[in-house]
Amino acid sequence: MSVRGPRKGENYELSVDLNSEYRDKRKDAIKRTIASMTVGKDVSGLFPDVLKNMQTDDLEQKKLVYLYLMNYAKTQPELVILAVNTFVKDTDDPNPLVRALAIRTMGILRAEKIIDYLCDPLQKCLRDENPYVRKTAALCVAKLYDLKPELVIENGFLEQLHEMIGDSNPMVVANTVAALSDIHASATTASTSDQDPAVFVISAGTLSKLLVALNECSEWGRVAILSALARYEAQDDKESEHICERVVPQFQHANGSVVLAAVKVIMIHMRGVRREELVKQLVRKMAPPLVTLLSSPPEVQWVALRNVNLLLQKRPDILQNEMRVFFCKYNDPLYVKVEKLDIMVRLAGENNVDALLSELKEYASEVDVDFVRKSIKAIGQTAVKIDGAAERCVNVLLDLIATRVSYVVQEAVVVMKDIFRKYPSTYEGIIPTLCSNLDELDEPEAKASLIWIIGEYASKIDNADELLGIFVDTFTEESYPVQLQTLTAVVKLFLKKPDSSQGIVQKVLNTATKECDSPDVRDRAYIYWRLLSTDPGAAKSVILTPRPLISVPRTTVSAGLLEQLLGEIGSLASAYHKPSETFVGRGRVGVDKVKSVGAEADERSSAQKALQTVAAGQQSENLLDFDDAPATDGQPSGLAATQFSQTPAAASILSGTSSNPLDDLVSIFGAQSTPQQAPSAAGPAFGNLGGLDFGMSPSPAGVTSPSVGVMSPAAPQAQNQQNQQDDLLGLF
Amino acid sequence: MTSLIAILDLKGKPLIQRTYRDDVAPSYVEKFMPYILDIEEEGQQVTPCFSRDGINYVHIRHSNLYLLALSKRNINVAETVIFLHRFVSVLVEYFKELEEESIRDNFVIIYELMDEMMDFGYPQTTESKILQEYITQESHKLETMQVRVPQSVTNAVSWRTEGIRYRKNEVFLDVIESVNLLVNSNGNVVRSEILGAVKMKCYLSGMPELRLGLNDKVMFESTGRTARGKAIEMEDVKFHQCVRLSRFENDRTISFIPPDGEFELMSYRLSTPVKPLIWVEAAIESHKGSRIEYIVKVIAQFKRRSTASNVEIYVPVPDDADSPKFKTSTGGVQYAPDKSAFVWKIKSLAGGKEFLMRAAFGLPSVRGEGDSMERRPPITVKYEIPYFTVSGIQVRYLKIVEKSGYQALPWVRYITQNGDDYSLRTALEKGSAPIRQSM
Repeated sequence: MSVRGPRKGENYELSVDLNSEYRDKRKDAIKRTIASMTVGKDVSGLFPDVLKNMQTDDLEQKKLVYLYLMNYAKTQPELVILAVNTFVKDTDDPNPLVRALAIRTMGILRAEKIIDYLCDPLQKCLRDENPYVRKTAALCVAKLYDLKPELVIENGFLEQLHEMIGDSNPMVVANTVAALSDIHASATTASTSDQDPAVFVISAGTLSKLLVALNECSEWGRVAILSALARYEAQDDKESEHICERVVPQFQHANGSVVLAAVKVIMIHMRGVRREELVKQLVRKMAPPLVTLLSSPPEVQWVALRNVNLLLQKRPDILQNEMRVFFCKYNDPLYVKVEKLDIMVRLAGENNVDALLSELKEYASEVDVDFVRKSIKAIGQTAVKIDGAAERCVNVLLDLIATRVSYVVQEAVVVMKDIFRKYPSTYEGIIPTLCSNLDELDEPEAKASLIWIIGEYASKIDNADELLGIFVDTFTEESYPVQLQTLTAVVKLFLKKPDSSQGIVQKVLNTATKECDSPDVRDRAYIYWRLLSTDPGAAKSVILTPRPLISVPRTTVSAGLLEQLLGEIGSLASAYHKPSETFVGRGRVGVDKVKSVGAEADERSSAQKALQTVAAGQQSENLLDFDDAPATDGQPSGLAATQFSQTPAAASILSGTSSNPLDDLVSIFGAQSTPQQAPSAAGPAFGNLGGLDFGMSPSPAGVTSPSVGVMSPAAPQAQNQQNQQDDLLGLF
Repeated sequence: MTSLIAILDLKGKPLIQRTYRDDVAPSYVEKFMPYILDIEEEGQQVTPCFSRDGINYVHIRHSNLYLLALSKRNINVAETVIFLHRFVSVLVEYFKELEEESIRDNFVIIYELMDEMMDFGYPQTTESKILQEYITQESHKLETMQVRVPQSVTNAVSWRTEGIRYRKNEVFLDVIESVNLLVNSNGNVVRSEILGAVKMKCYLSGMPELRLGLNDKVMFESTGRTARGKAIEMEDVKFHQCVRLSRFENDRTISFIPPDGEFELMSYRLSTPVKPLIWVEAAIESHKGSRIEYIVKVIAQFKRRSTASNVEIYVPVPDDADSPKFKTSTGGVQYAPDKSAFVWKIKSLAGGKEFLMRAAFGLPSVRGEGDSMERRPPITVKYEIPYFTVSGIQVRYLKIVEKSGYQALPWVRYITQNGDDYSLRTALEKGSAPIRQSM
């Protein structure tokens, strides 16, 4: 029947043993076959030999054969049919374990031929007297729907599942809910019609059954039921309250996913609760279980921290007095430490800032360079966030600069620039200290930051021309962000001290327009040049215009997205802080299709997918933005968004607080609208150019250094977009 | 809705894998390691889950293995990660140690477990005691010995089988409190918490109903009773699934039908400030390029009637330290170069006592350049203090009711120990908080 291999070698020996007259030998041969299968050897040729051993009263042997079938049914579809008889017979076995095993395996085989034979036994098993069989059968309906939805609908399996929500056994209820939700998910992604019978609408009657089963079923069943409860739409505030009160005890469950699922349900149904004091009570009860999640294994901690981060964006008061529990442990993995840092800054306030700063200073002296940098960033964010603590933060930074460890100094300089953006003309006293470290800077971002500071305070730094001269001399060797920054700083210097800096400005404009190969740098130099030569007054108001103050954004995602993510607490979306459309592939791609597509096409399709992702992200984000801030008022929402992520400080803050390259990307897209909208809004073209200055002066830190690129397909794309965007801006 | 679960070795080679849903091709497992390397190369941290080409990779580490779950959908990742951890603990209970070797030797049983613990990507049963009842290493003949699904798999009481018999009915309660603590280099306690656990060993017949009474402040307050002695305020209590949560929510009663044998009934957390029970401080004098000297002082800051046992103090030293010299009046000191630390072990440390030890190491005269940032791990301490709880928690009663009406004896034991993070940061270099005392 099948093509036999040569009459020697491992498979031949196995085949001989599989046909042995001794039972033990046969069983041992099946085990060896499975072992070969596991290590990746092809034993599909033994299919008929293994199949012969399926009829047995040895349960273990039966399981082994089933195991083999699951793996190879797809490659030998015409042979699977031979197994059907045994399967059907097994679903009638007196032992419920065998019945369940048969129905479970038949569902997984996924061979077209076998499906038609699945319906009758499934019908029977759904009404089986044993709950173990029923719970297995319930999931089998979902498997069948995945393969052939028509069959499920024709056979009335859906109605049957709906009945089973009232089953006396909580495990069966849980699996039924899981199956219905699974079918619901497939149905809603495939079609848009609300009339689809597969849509799982939870009625008030279902609700009460679920609430009863919730207290009795196993931990995983609780997660399934809670997820269904999250989808229920409460009729009125009484019902919302009722659901919250029934779900709150789940906070005490030892399983963290039950806790998070309960948090999700509460966050959703709390929206409908009108009694303020109940809301307060719920929020208060939420804090201790969240803190306890921090004693879980690091991976669980990470998921919890990402979700806590979202929760804090919505309700900053949840963990108000708990900042200390987020202090990093020496042995925490870096990904945990980074999340903790972010949350600490979120929780920082006047009352705990001293403890925070002393911790951050401690972290800044650890060995892991990444962590040290992030800690220093956090100090900067704290300074920007809490006015009263800014001076203490600056002092800590000065202490760190005094260590003269290269990367510490560089990061501190970058952070200082943010502080100058927030508190202009406040800490000028430390500029000499910063400048004295000029020689040690070798990273573009640090250099650019220091140059910006020199340019900004050129009138107060006596030797500003000397300092900038160093960079002008090496202009062509510097990276573009440094070049751009040098250019602007020198022009600022000229506008402030025209007498002493005529030569240097001439030199830099010359070099930038003639010897520089970046169109951005050249274009900006031309603009400055023309501005300076036609109307120095205009140049002044464009280039020296005061920058908007920066602040640490309270949220890293838009309000609409935040609500959506809070409704998905515990999911991947809430861990990534991204809407699910951005990482869930559309439509289902069959295994065979994936295999047949070559490597090249694969790359292309992934690139395309990334583009779609970006577009999707942009769309949803923009739509949400419009919701919050209508574009009719003086400041277009696009512009507002731009200022944040494009100004140097905000860019680095964003990249510190958000691991989401899309955020930055989106705001870049937002920038596109700036030049278009600004003229109508602001009349004089200065507004336009002023915007350009903001846009260009920073290094594109937000995009080039996303802190956690979970979504790397988007990252290279982001780069491209950024470049294009730069060009676009350059055109103006 | 996990599509696939695989166990991989450190090089990313799959040792065993199981597909639950067809939407993710098994070949994606092999892409996991290259992606991890990519992410590391980009200088970013590898987070427990990431998404590539529409596939979500969720993973945990266990000794030298990766456990990986793949999915295409927006899955409940909290559930997935915790399930992977449970999977590990079940495998550990089956094979003692989970490593490449034990996986290779037990393909068949691992497949069976994977089948039983998850169906179509939904976690089912992860109670290893129940699984062990019907998934065993011995084979069963259907005619001779009927393997049945233990009723408990789907029972409302899914953690206990009926018909358990003991000649002597006994319950052992262990109240274990682990103290986590972080002390700053200037001697301030920055963070402290008590993680408590009530562990039980149950040898009881039938289906007993148990009720546990603690000196719980909230319960005293809600019932209007005044506590005799101290009552404690537990900040967050977690229960084994056998405890009726709604009853606890209503009137703080801890009532349950226990699983058989050993299990953790509940855990709780208190973040009330704790005085460090064992205080350690070190004065470090470093002479760059020649030697480094330590004076370590330990103080047992608890009541005289208690005694800490098996105290181990880990003091970190530079990686390249050599030729150790130790001097101490009590206990023994060992150099552990593999941990870059020396360990001061004191078998028994009575409350109120304090001791000193001195250590000196040689340092190589030539050092690498630019490493002015020294690794400065904190001092860590391990200890156990029996018959003592920091929080003052007490078991007031444990009532055991079974329909056959037997008498059962509860035994209670208290112990306080270090948590997984009991650390004291050291001050940098000389001059800071020196301990001047002659030995």
